[in-house]
Amino acid sequence: METLMERLGRREILVSDGAIGSMLLSRGLPKTQYPESYNMSHTSVLTDIAKEYLEAGAEIIQTNTFGGSPLKLKNYSLEDKTDTINRIAVEAVRSAVADKAYISGSCGPSGKMLKPYGDVEPEEMYDSFHRQIFSLISAGVDVICIETMTDINEALSAIKAAKDISSTIPVMATMTFDPTPRGFFTIMGTDIPTAVRILSDAGADVIGSNCGNGIDNMIKIAEDFKAETEIPVMIQSNAGLPELKDGKIFYSETPEFMADKAAELAELDISIIGGCCGTTPAHIRAIRDKIDSLI
Amino acid sequence: MGIINSISTNLISGNDKEVASYTKKAMDAGISAETILNDGLINGMNIIGDRFRDHEVFLPDVLMAAKAMYAGMELIKPVLIKSGISSRGKIVIGTIQGDLHDIGKNLVGIMLKGAGYEVIDLGHDVSPEKFVEAAKETGATIIGMSALLTTTMANMKEVVDILKNENLHGKIRTIIGGAPVSKQYASEIGVDRYSFDAGNAVDTVKELLGK
Repeated sequence: METLMERLGRREILVSDGAIGSMLLSRGLPKTQYPESYNMSHTSVLTDIAKEYLEAGAEIIQTNTFGGSPLKLKNYSLEDKTDTINRIAVEAVRSAVADKAYISGSCGPSGKMLKPYGDVEPEEMYDSFHRQIFSLISAGVDVICIETMTDINEALSAIKAAKDISSTIPVMATMTFDPTPRGFFTIMGTDIPTAVRILSDAGADVIGSNCGNGIDNMIKIAEDFKAETEIPVMIQSNAGLPELKDGKIFYSETPEFMADKAAELAELDISIIGGCCGTTPAHIRAIRDKIDSLI
Repeated sequence: MGIINSISTNLISGNDKEVASYTKKAMDAGISAETILNDGLINGMNIIGDRFRDHEVFLPDVLMAAKAMYAGMELIKPVLIKSGISSRGKIVIGTIQGDLHDIGKNLVGIMLKGAGYEVIDLGHDVSPEKFVEAAKETGATIIGMSALLTTTMANMKEVVDILKNENLHGKIRTIIGGAPVSKQYASEIGVDRYSFDAGNAVDTVKELLGK
């Protein structure tokens, strides 16, 4: 199997998967339970979800480890289970996809803030990411995905941990931006040119944006990234903002709508296109079909 | 009011040492603790809150300003307590069960404290029972709940249900906020008010308490 970086180097467009959390809920995860704690008790559910995304046409499948850093797991007194939680998540996806897709080790924010804004020392942040990413890499992920970051220093800490553990593992780093009258910024105040410069200087192999408030904004964010960099860009958009209809939560952006917008992302030369909150295997299937029809 | 102005401007730039030093100077000069609080500290927090809302500044600026506010608050607190100036009201806040996101909730706490309210912050992952118990124990008349996840927002309704069961609905009022919730959702689950941001939370509390 060709490596992810070889394919990106040939300027291929790859489709990644969609949301995991909502898929877990629809399979019985109690609303008050921490998604990562499910890894140990319901491993087969993780495999089933990975299979669904694989069948929908995703070539990059994420692990259910977004909140799998010990700093985050500490909230549920699960920090001692860091290695198990991350390892099982990788194995569950591997048993679903074998070598038909790349396994992306998801690594989300710690939920804590670095000093001086919060009370976490840089060393503690680094150690936390190091522990999680070491488990992910040891368990055999093909790529590390540092995502939904708003603090550039926290993102840097995770990139550094990944690069210190393995000089060969590709690292994708994506941040979440809000629209402001002066352009896109993270809530911590990082704009896109700054994010591009700092993330790529730190050695990230793929950079971009995920989550956010709908794919229209993501297209603008993608344009801003492409204006700044030659590094492959990844965009994983929410299916809009959550809305309420008859007491149920739904995301307004349909698979067809997002697929049409994915074609615009492809035109912008975005390398990896996938989904975030509210996207389903149906969204990924529609995006896959659209991207295939362009070639 | 040079000293008071210096408290505000240093608070806005997040300079906690200067805020403490000017607060001391103001106290030594005989300026009342209430004036220091309202015209210096709260005024500064309001300005930074507006700038944050308008995306002129970002979260780090607000957090540093809050630290500076606390530096000043610490100094005038004993005087405020001694002179019997009561707080404007008590509010219990927290992020709802299952949800660990507390940046927004912390901002609400900062802005409410800045506006002179007494805030009991229960942290994140707070069970519906705990919200109600804390309000009963402290005599708080408002419960403020936050959620960032669509998966946890449903737990907010349970707080209203408990209040109804205990005949406290209407006596203890409820406010919700957070990315996935809305005015429509608030009325659907029987919550009294929805706030769209931290500044608006202060306005909503003022409106509910009438002060």
